[in-house]
Amino acid sequence: MDRPIRVLVGKPGLDGHDRGAKVIARALRDAGMEVIYTGLRLTPEQIVQAAIQEDVDVVALSVLSGAHNHLLPKVVELLKAENAYDEILVIGGGVIPEEDIPFLKEKGIQEIFTPGTPTTVTIDFIKENLKRV
Amino acid sequence: MFEKEKLQELKKNQTDWNDNKVEKSLQRFPERKDEFVTGSNQEVDRLYTPTYLEEFDYDQDLGFPGEYPFTRGVQPTMYRGKFWTMRQYAGFATAEESNKRYKYLLEQGQTGLSVAFDLPTQIGYDSDHALSEGEVGKVGVAIDSLKDMEILFDGIPLDKVSTSMTINAPASVLLAMYIAVAEKQGVSSQELRGTIQNDILKEYIARGTYIFPTEPSMRLITDIFEYCSEEVPGWNTISISGYHIREAGSTAVQEVAFTLADGIAYVEAAIKAGLDVDKFAPRLSFFFNAHNDLLEEVAKYRAARRLWAKIMKERFGAKNPKSMQLKFHTQTGGSTLTAQQPDNNIVRVAIQTLAAVLGGTQSLHTNSKDEALALPTEKSVRVALRTQQIVAHESGVAETVDPLAGSYYVESLTNNIEKEAMEYIKKIDDLGGAAEAIDKGFMQKEIMDSAYEYQKQIENGERIVVGMNKFQVKEEPNEGLLKVDPAVGEMQKEKINQLKAERNNEQVEASLSALKDAAKGNKNLMPYILDAVKAYATLGEICGVLREVFGEYQQNVIL
Repeated sequence: MDRPIRVLVGKPGLDGHDRGAKVIARALRDAGMEVIYTGLRLTPEQIVQAAIQEDVDVVALSVLSGAHNHLLPKVVELLKAENAYDEILVIGGGVIPEEDIPFLKEKGIQEIFTPGTPTTVTIDFIKENLKRV
Repeated sequence: MFEKEKLQELKKNQTDWNDNKVEKSLQRFPERKDEFVTGSNQEVDRLYTPTYLEEFDYDQDLGFPGEYPFTRGVQPTMYRGKFWTMRQYAGFATAEESNKRYKYLLEQGQTGLSVAFDLPTQIGYDSDHALSEGEVGKVGVAIDSLKDMEILFDGIPLDKVSTSMTINAPASVLLAMYIAVAEKQGVSSQELRGTIQNDILKEYIARGTYIFPTEPSMRLITDIFEYCSEEVPGWNTISISGYHIREAGSTAVQEVAFTLADGIAYVEAAIKAGLDVDKFAPRLSFFFNAHNDLLEEVAKYRAARRLWAKIMKERFGAKNPKSMQLKFHTQTGGSTLTAQQPDNNIVRVAIQTLAAVLGGTQSLHTNSKDEALALPTEKSVRVALRTQQIVAHESGVAETVDPLAGSYYVESLTNNIEKEAMEYIKKIDDLGGAAEAIDKGFMQKEIMDSAYEYQKQIENGERIVVGMNKFQVKEEPNEGLLKVDPAVGEMQKEKINQLKAERNNEQVEASLSALKDAAKGNKNLMPYILDAVKAYATLGEICGVLREVFGEYQQNVIL
């Protein structure tokens, strides 16, 4: 691999719970990835813009407010509109009920990590599923 | 407390015991690990004896309940008089739905209400704002105008219940709506009892629902202190919150330290605004978390009470004992709940309930077992409420005041937490106070370091969370979780359209423009906000005017 994996960790929507996002961001960084953490209250548009600008390989989104079914597919949709989805892996995490996961995967979020997932599982998933060659 | 000679003898005996008995025992039965620590990584020794409390002075360190320094509790008889207020935080979807849940909870024996608002309401956006999409009614009830508030409290007599509202940046608007609803019920604001959270500093640190920059936010808060001291004297004007700081990953010590540092900042701001400390300080209240390390948590509440009493007396020269009393609400720890084997959470909540009660809380919310998965169902909320009722009526811990006082371990922990929290407060003072320290990202970074450390301990197995990193089973699918109807957003939009067509729009305009002028000057804003609310200006319109004048807070992103 010629360069480290670049990940954007984002908090879409109005949700302020950022402990999980920050823990993941630090764990990915400790695993040798380059992490851009966006902070709170970003619109899907802002996230997609940042992802393209920063030329990331992964967009990792954390939602604990229950708005995941609206916000996560929106990010994928916008990435597709920018022709960036083919190169960027999109994953999500947070308080997301089991029954919503098939819907989110169908919408193009490759994996959803729910509470209690070790950070190593997420790290391995990213390494194994990168779209960039 | 202990005689010098006796202590010397005891020290010697303890050394003997250690050298002979313990060493021998360790050879045959080694201890489970080399180092024992509390839930927040404070070191725990094998055995606590009076030698840990050499300087202990009953009068100075503990005193009697209801007397300075209030270590043993703020009331003389505590739960022998009446139990703590059982107050379940609730609210979702529309005002109509939430009103039903409140009536159910009151029927089940709950003694106070606690309102959860959705994120758009907490951030001052109406349900029809672009940023509200997908969020309306999700984590709480959607309130766009006085109309919604009238429905929320329909049939609930506001002179009989006390109501706590988890609202911060737009606290003055929601308080004004509450006062207006009471007025329509024929209840004077003088009779109202309740609490608004109104704690913006911890929003910057840990919770995230800020709107305005620090300075105008502090002004809105002190305006409320001033207004309520005359008009709503039974209202707790702020709930200075460690809860979210702890949820964000802090230790117990950091929870106490950062909360009291925020408290100091509010007291300083109010004094600077010209208010008399003994006039507003009795209405300050606090809000803490309850995690699983039972004895550490009990010590935490006792240490916080003692430390605050000293701060108010010594630093701020308060004279009224009520100004020195740290009264607090507790919520059990959301972040301690597991999505795995959710039934186990009932047990965790029971331990946390014991901690809060043994620590002398004034009111308590117990989390429901399904909250790591979704909002709680009616059935799981009932179990959570029953947990409090069992501790109150069956466990016996409420029959005497501060039953753990005098435990060598608990007193020693109490001393340690107070000492370490004080060190943090000194550091924050050196940085220029809480607001400055937040701007510099000091608390945020300290909390994040603790959170990451905790996560690593779980992943390397140093810390066991039952059902999550040990004793796992194949999980059954969770059924019957509460789902908020996605149509709520549309319903609220419809309500706003109707409101705007029906209300007197000239009156709305006039009240908003008066508010804008007042915001540019330095008059107390509460009467202007009340006028706008009564004219049925929406929350988004009112906050929009204030956004124009005050601007918005820019988060300092700290990783």
